[in-house]
Amino acid sequence: MTITSPTKVPGSVRPVRTAHRAQKRPSRFKPGAGQQLKGGPFAYIALAVVGIGSLLPLYWTLVAASHTQDEVLATTPPFLPGGRLFHNLEAAWEQANLGKAIVNSFIVSGCITVATLFFCTLAGYAFAKMRFRGRGALMTAVIATLTIPPQLSVVPLFMMMADLGWGGSLESVIFPTLVSAFGVFFMRQYLIEALPYELIEAAKIDGANNFRIVLSVVLPVARPAMMVLGMLTFVQAWNDFFWPYLALNQQNPTLQVALGQLKASYTPDESIVMAGALISTLPLLVVFVIFGKQIVGGIMSGAVKG
Amino acid sequence: MATSSPTRDVYAPPPPGSQRKPADTRRQTWRSRLWRFDDKASPYAYIAPFFLVFGAFGLYPLIYTGWIALHRVEMTGLDRMEWVGWENFDKILHDSEFWTAVTNTFLIGVMSTVPQLLVALGLAHLLNYKLRASTFWRTIILTPYATSVASAALVFALVFRADGGLLNWVLEFVGLGDTNWANGHWTSKIAISVIVIWRWTGYNTLIYLAAMQAVPSDLYEAASLDGASRWQQFLKVTIPSLRPTILFTIVISTIGSMQLFGEPLLLEGGKLGAIGGNENQYETLSIYLFNYGWNLGHLGPAAAVAWAMLALLLLIAAVNWLIGRFVRKSAV
Repeated sequence: MTITSPTKVPGSVRPVRTAHRAQKRPSRFKPGAGQQLKGGPFAYIALAVVGIGSLLPLYWTLVAASHTQDEVLATTPPFLPGGRLFHNLEAAWEQANLGKAIVNSFIVSGCITVATLFFCTLAGYAFAKMRFRGRGALMTAVIATLTIPPQLSVVPLFMMMADLGWGGSLESVIFPTLVSAFGVFFMRQYLIEALPYELIEAAKIDGANNFRIVLSVVLPVARPAMMVLGMLTFVQAWNDFFWPYLALNQQNPTLQVALGQLKASYTPDESIVMAGALISTLPLLVVFVIFGKQIVGGIMSGAVKG
Repeated sequence: MATSSPTRDVYAPPPPGSQRKPADTRRQTWRSRLWRFDDKASPYAYIAPFFLVFGAFGLYPLIYTGWIALHRVEMTGLDRMEWVGWENFDKILHDSEFWTAVTNTFLIGVMSTVPQLLVALGLAHLLNYKLRASTFWRTIILTPYATSVASAALVFALVFRADGGLLNWVLEFVGLGDTNWANGHWTSKIAISVIVIWRWTGYNTLIYLAAMQAVPSDLYEAASLDGASRWQQFLKVTIPSLRPTILFTIVISTIGSMQLFGEPLLLEGGKLGAIGGNENQYETLSIYLFNYGWNLGHLGPAAAVAWAMLALLLLIAAVNWLIGRFVRKSAV
């Protein structure tokens, strides 16, 4: 993907170029595209090695979480999961405030995901299908915000949150990430192709006002992309570390913050830390096992065109 | 757009206090004015949330950081700001630890980005073949992306542990089993780079793969008719077609490596994590900022570090742009 300004819509109300591509599903690629060669045994061996490398640390998390620290650090480490998992989980639960952390993580990720989906679909629709003054420049501005690391604004953000009375509360983590530039861009890319102008026109002729069109035309069409964006946003919100770690404290942490503090505060028991890591990773792994295909498709479709 | 009066008035809200009379011309113009306003204002209303949130929690703090950098603000009294001028910048620019952090950030950035993108290119090429269970492979490779920074850093911290770490157990067989990874200047940077590489290679692979599948297949056909081997096709067709994508991933990875925080913080954890090792050997800029602002409680210098990071980013962007221009020129 290259970062370019959006394509100029020609003067006609209904550009022809979108009409014949209306049926295209973005997560599918044209057969015959790219280089179509059969993979030999070498390809499978290489992929197997990389696959094992990808999964090994996760497996090691499980193994380490289900033994005592002494067993994990012994001269010959264990290779199979042991029986101390629940004991370690219980210890992690007590030491790191994990119960509250799990609830908090779900609240934060849920709020961010719902808000992101709603606002990004609206903005994506406006950038994809509506003509207004300054559209190109504003879209470029949205993409430009992707390049600003959060580090640049955390100091005043922290002071602002204290001023607002949100110091250490979940609002301070939720509000700054209510809308994402990536989400706006992602929805725009999808709607440009998936939403034919004819549908909008038809709704207009039926006398629908703009917001009505959003509710009854845009949202149904955007549903598949919203699914994918929802998952990507949830994963990101769930895993976010830097700002939550600065904004929240041990009394009211998200899972990641609780994990960080478990390791940062004192010299902890490694197997208990691993039990915490396991808890924080499991929900996402479940999502991944069920929706892996869609997430892969989403990353691939969001990345190319532009 | 359609500004003519609609034929059916199902959704048009009747103006307040007016009886619904058909063929009322004044109501017609009122309604068409409403329509026009709806058409003009709606797009701005739809994009407003993004710009409001970004303005309040992104742009405003970004500028305000520069103001705070000129003051003394302590964590203990956030509402007391005392003007000190350039003192904070002076302080960090004369701090050798700051320059260590700059160097470390740069080195770890290069050490994690270059291998990661090269491996991702090769992997994407493999995944571009016709394979059995291709979705399965793609999902497996993306799994690390679903693992949080914290979890990944913690499990790798256990792998790289000096005593009882999994890696040293493996290296024992070749007689290198007593490496103190976190303590060494290079080994600690390697350890952190490995965490980054593990988490992001799969993601970049999928981005490359998507770009590869968008390359028109007749280019390959033409190349093979001209007698190009597979390797030549990869060099002469695939890589040039992927140039914009490669540039994009370089930009994204560069911005990402500027932000390294969780990996160094949790490699050893405890007090060492907050200063990036006993000799700051793996202290990144984010750790330096965190240490100043949240560990020592001096927010003024922390804000100055943020602006120094901004300056560095602009520098990198300029270099990137120049390289991009050079590459484009030499390609023609």
